[in-house]
Amino acid sequence: MANLTKTNRRDFLKIAAMAGGGLFIGFNLSSCDSPKMKVLSTAEILSKALGFNSYLSISPEGHIVIYSPNPELGQNIKTSFPMIVAEELDADWKDVRVVQAFLDTENYDRQVTGGSGAMPHSWERLRKAGATARHMLVAAAAAKLEVPANSLTTEKGVIFHKDSGKKLTYGEVATEASLLTAPEEITLKDIKDFKIIGTPVKNVDNQAMFTGKPLFGLDFYREGMLHAMIQRPPFGMKLKSVNDVAAKGVKGIVDVVTFKNNVAVVGNSTWPLIQARKLLKIEYEADGSVESSSDHDRIFQELLDGKEAQVMRKDGNVDLAFKNAAQVIKSEYQCPFLSHTPMEPMNFFADVRADKVELVGPTQTPDRARSETAELLGIPPENISVELTRLGGGFGRRLRADFVVEAVELSKMMKAPVKVTWSREDDMTGGAYRPAVRYRFEAALDEQGNMIGYKLRGAGINAGNSTRQDNFPSGSVDNLLIESVEHKSPITTNPWRAPITNFLAYAEQAFLDEVAFAAKKDPVKFRLELLERAKKSPVGEIKYDVDRMIGVIELAAEKSQWGKNGNLHQGFSVYYSHRSYVAQVADVEINKGNPVLKKIYAVTDCGIVVNPTGADQQVRGGIVDGMGHAMFSNLTFENGVPKQKNFDSYRLIRMKEVPEIEVHFVQNGIDPTGLGEPALPPTGGAIANAIFKATGKRLRSQPFVEQQEFSEINLELRMT
Amino acid sequence: MANFNLQINGKTHTVDVEGDTPLLWVLRDHLGLVGTKYSCGIAQCGACMVHINGEAVTSCMLPVSSIGSDKVTTIEGLSEEGNHPVQEAWNEVDVAQCGYCQAGQIMVAAALLKKNPKPSTEEIENGMNRNICRCGTYHRIREAVALASSKLK
Ligand code: FES
Ligand code: FES
Repeated sequence: MANLTKTNRRDFLKIAAMAGGGLFIGFNLSSCDSPKMKVLSTAEILSKALGFNSYLSISPEGHIVIYSPNPELGQNIKTSFPMIVAEELDADWKDVRVVQAFLDTENYDRQVTGGSGAMPHSWERLRKAGATARHMLVAAAAAKLEVPANSLTTEKGVIFHKDSGKKLTYGEVATEASLLTAPEEITLKDIKDFKIIGTPVKNVDNQAMFTGKPLFGLDFYREGMLHAMIQRPPFGMKLKSVNDVAAKGVKGIVDVVTFKNNVAVVGNSTWPLIQARKLLKIEYEADGSVESSSDHDRIFQELLDGKEAQVMRKDGNVDLAFKNAAQVIKSEYQCPFLSHTPMEPMNFFADVRADKVELVGPTQTPDRARSETAELLGIPPENISVELTRLGGGFGRRLRADFVVEAVELSKMMKAPVKVTWSREDDMTGGAYRPAVRYRFEAALDEQGNMIGYKLRGAGINAGNSTRQDNFPSGSVDNLLIESVEHKSPITTNPWRAPITNFLAYAEQAFLDEVAFAAKKDPVKFRLELLERAKKSPVGEIKYDVDRMIGVIELAAEKSQWGKNGNLHQGFSVYYSHRSYVAQVADVEINKGNPVLKKIYAVTDCGIVVNPTGADQQVRGGIVDGMGHAMFSNLTFENGVPKQKNFDSYRLIRMKEVPEIEVHFVQNGIDPTGLGEPALPPTGGAIANAIFKATGKRLRSQPFVEQQEFSEINLELRMT
Repeated sequence: MANFNLQINGKTHTVDVEGDTPLLWVLRDHLGLVGTKYSCGIAQCGACMVHINGEAVTSCMLPVSSIGSDKVTTIEGLSEEGNHPVQEAWNEVDVAQCGYCQAGQIMVAAALLKKNPKPSTEEIENGMNRNICRCGTYHRIREAVALASSKLK
């Protein structure tokens, strides 16, 4: 129970005072359904609440405050984490208020949003937080009623003694209970007794979001703070000279300063910054390789044809398999750089004082924000506080701390609190992209159409390992070679929702469709055959659960009536990532001679679904994201600068382009695994494979709309 | 700089800014009305939607000098208690993921329903296509507009 710190009341009062500004506090809309009734503010509740552990406080009136430590960027963690605590506590959800916790590495573990890892990491510790508090409440009630604890039951925040008919609310025993010591060992509920987990619980920030309350990083204002925007250098260049005379003359501009090849305009509000930046005259000079997309095309070819590559996995003897093959299939797939483009651009607030630093804003990694700040300033991390706002999307971009430390630098230089705002153009040109990658796949088939050899080489630009060597079909093919090779570029890259697999899955699943077609096999049967093989006589190490993968494939085939409707052209795709399994089927129908993308089915195995409404959102969102970027988005470079700078040239998917989506979950009672990312990777493959079925055209590169083949097929995208 | 008297959410606000300042930044930086969001600044995404005399308009390119006595409504002023049928429908359908685009979506939906209280699915899609949701909440947006429509008396 080391993870559950018994926090004393004073600490909570401190937090309450900090949260007292009313910012960033989530609460149930249901708890204030009738706004005429006096609703206590969360600060008022907190001022009386008693701390049970770092996740939970209860007030004598029975209000339950649950702290959500992880950054919320739309993955629903601020709702689903507290649901788990409330479940084991046997709380009435109506009594629950949710507070976004600050960075607190003493009391919380892994305050990170990334890798779809929060739920699997915290599942048990959240349950224990609720269960130990419940135990303490029951013990206090037992003492008060002078009955044995095991004669008491709990439901919705009330403790019952059946024999006497007496009852006590959690609030009534909160004071005594909070003084007890948390038990070392605790029995958790049987999952079949869950009352909150598995029911759709609405987002705790709904009311704030839908009435325009300050909630996001950009919404943070502090009396006397300065605003800043920064002109960052093109990739591979450094600052040569700055003429800021005209910019400094703009009304509302306080100063123009330079640091580390950046030129910052600082002022009293945002608009003058936007105006002044246009007047900056900046010269840059090369400081490394200054690259354009045409260079990358050449580099990809060199890397794929070159001798050098890192062997990631090798099973059997591929050379022999390919020599003996009856048929060899070979294809290349390529993806462009992508910007993360969360709707809220990067921003952060920093107030650097002599003895302390205050940071406020949207980050996926508050601990990194703090440690990079500590390093930059040479001060101990304890002197730095990080307050988490809600994040207007992240998609991996906010895993970095670049946008935090610039605010710190500027606050230090200006000796004032500073909020740095990135314009959309800054957001798209200022770096850290999904890396561009080209893959070369080769498959060897024997006379019977069995895949006897498989080769993959990934060539990426700052992609690290662009393969996932242990994923399917590894383990199901006797002779297999997976290699990765990388070009180091000054263009910065960063994990982008479902890192690497966001494109690799499409390429692999589209290629397997090509192989199945060449083998004259049904794509679903082809995959199931390989998986049966992996199960019966695995080749090398298998790092995915074959049965769970088969499970989603079979359920997706059933739900989509795979192959049963002769008027439909269906495409299949399945992928394992972030500990979860997702199979998807895309339906293309021919309407007046044109293919129409009608529907996508998704079957997900992520274990126990904590909040069905949030889970449905994650799957849908992943599919829309996967589809939109496969279809439309492309970031190209010219001399170290992205050509696409805003939504007029960088296309994002809109409402009318999304098809119907049908979402299913496998019910298996396994502890929850990731969900923020796993639904995205399979989507491109399902769509491309359905398009092939309907038109005979293979889409091998993204974005689809920019491929020659695409212009020939007149694909219609529409919602209804 | 010049003084502008703006009619916002039923009140008069006086601000002293350059005339070319977009309404968006006047609302956010000068009046503390931060519900109206910045995302693209070039009238492409709809995050900054407000109502001008009941019409949904992007505020990121709208110079404050052009507003005059027009009536501005922001998300903060859409309803007194957060209970506009569109806001209620947005909660019932639980539309948001990150939530950043949703104020703009709600403003467009409210203006759409005011003009056309019983829109067809296609009319909803056409009306809402102005706004980008990077999180992909489009299905729920459509559902919530239809629900809000059914709530209108
Ligand atoms: S911020 Fe105004 S439309 Fe995007
Ligand atoms: S909910 Fe995140 S952009 Fe729409």
